[in-house]
Amino acid sequence: MASLDDLKKRISSVKSTQKITKAMKMVAAAKLRRAQENAEKGRPYSEKMNNIILNLSNGISDKENAPKLLAGTGEEKTHLCVVMTSDRGLCGGFNTNIIKKAKQYFQKILKENKILKIITVGSKGYDQLKRQYKNNIVEKISFKDSKNINYFDADKVGKIIIDRFEKKEFDVCAIFYNQFKNVITQIPQEQQIIPLKSNEEKDVNSESSYEFEPEEDEILSNLLPKNISTQIFKAMLENSASEQGSRMSAMDNATRNAGEMVEKLTIQYNRSRQAAITKELIEIISGAESL
Amino acid sequence: MSEEFKVEIVNPEKSFLTKDDATEVVVPAFEGEMGILKDHISIISFLKPGVVKVYSKSDENKYFVEDGIVEFKDNSLSILTSSIYNVSDLDRNKIEQILKDAEKESTEENIDDQKKYLINQKIETLRSLQSN
Repeated sequence: MASLDDLKKRISSVKSTQKITKAMKMVAAAKLRRAQENAEKGRPYSEKMNNIILNLSNGISDKENAPKLLAGTGEEKTHLCVVMTSDRGLCGGFNTNIIKKAKQYFQKILKENKILKIITVGSKGYDQLKRQYKNNIVEKISFKDSKNINYFDADKVGKIIIDRFEKKEFDVCAIFYNQFKNVITQIPQEQQIIPLKSNEEKDVNSESSYEFEPEEDEILSNLLPKNISTQIFKAMLENSASEQGSRMSAMDNATRNAGEMVEKLTIQYNRSRQAAITKELIEIISGAESL
Repeated sequence: MSEEFKVEIVNPEKSFLTKDDATEVVVPAFEGEMGILKDHISIISFLKPGVVKVYSKSDENKYFVEDGIVEFKDNSLSILTSSIYNVSDLDRNKIEQILKDAEKESTEENIDDQKKYLINQKIETLRSLQSN
């Protein structure tokens, strides 16, 4: 059994850990509110963009000559996966959930004998994937230095993807990120961005014909790259809100667990203290009796 | 009948402006300035760098945009842009800075004609803002 001194030390160390997790929870809560606000503010832009593209692509008559970003290359051989994770740890299952989702997809692709290429955004994703898929990772991107999420960063990722697409390095591109639902629920998402797949088939009024200036296809070919950056940006916003939410609940759990542990250790400490006192008393009494 | 329609300007970070009582909006469309009044036909167009003017009965506002898409449908106008500044917030230093960046960009080699055209437009707009 541990001595009294050891127990004392353990209690104080658990207590200081609890202080840290508590502080981290507070910080995450404050950041979460901001991230959530940002995610909500960013939604109109990506929704509008999506709508316009949907309207445009519905209106396009000549599907054969549609831009490749919309229609695809006609093949499905090489898949590019953009796995978006956080740069920091201690956020519960946040990164693991994305990786799990992504790995399922990887295995499906590899089973079909297709070529897999991976871009990781955020260093944690790279750390988790490098062991198994080292040869598949073509690029790793991290925005550790930028304090806030900004469109500029998203645009950079978008440009990298488009560059590679134009060099015909892949046919299909999918991004993986966590969608923020609420503080305890984040849903790992897989979203195909090239060729563009409209997730929900809204009935767009075919009557609402637009006038275009300049021509339709010119607008589309300009808009599609922008849309990719927008989607990446949306994913980044959702991800950051999810990260903070996930960290908050993870740290909340840790704080509670530490509290329980302190309680248990305190009881143990008191018991053994009492046992020691009783032992000493018995020793004194039995010593006096023998006189 | 009222002559007012809805305007919404959004950038990736947030919804920049929403207005229910615009009477006229002038946008720097790709092929020239375009004034939009109520009951305009549905249109989608690009913006080139320039000044968006939003008029309502009570006031008028000007915004400098670098790029964007404009969509008008069912009497609601949406402008999506990645960079927008309120002209009244732009002081000389800020203009100077953007202008300098643009000028640097225009001297770069291997840019295509379209880009060059856009940059020149931007410089021109900024110069005219400066002289005001």
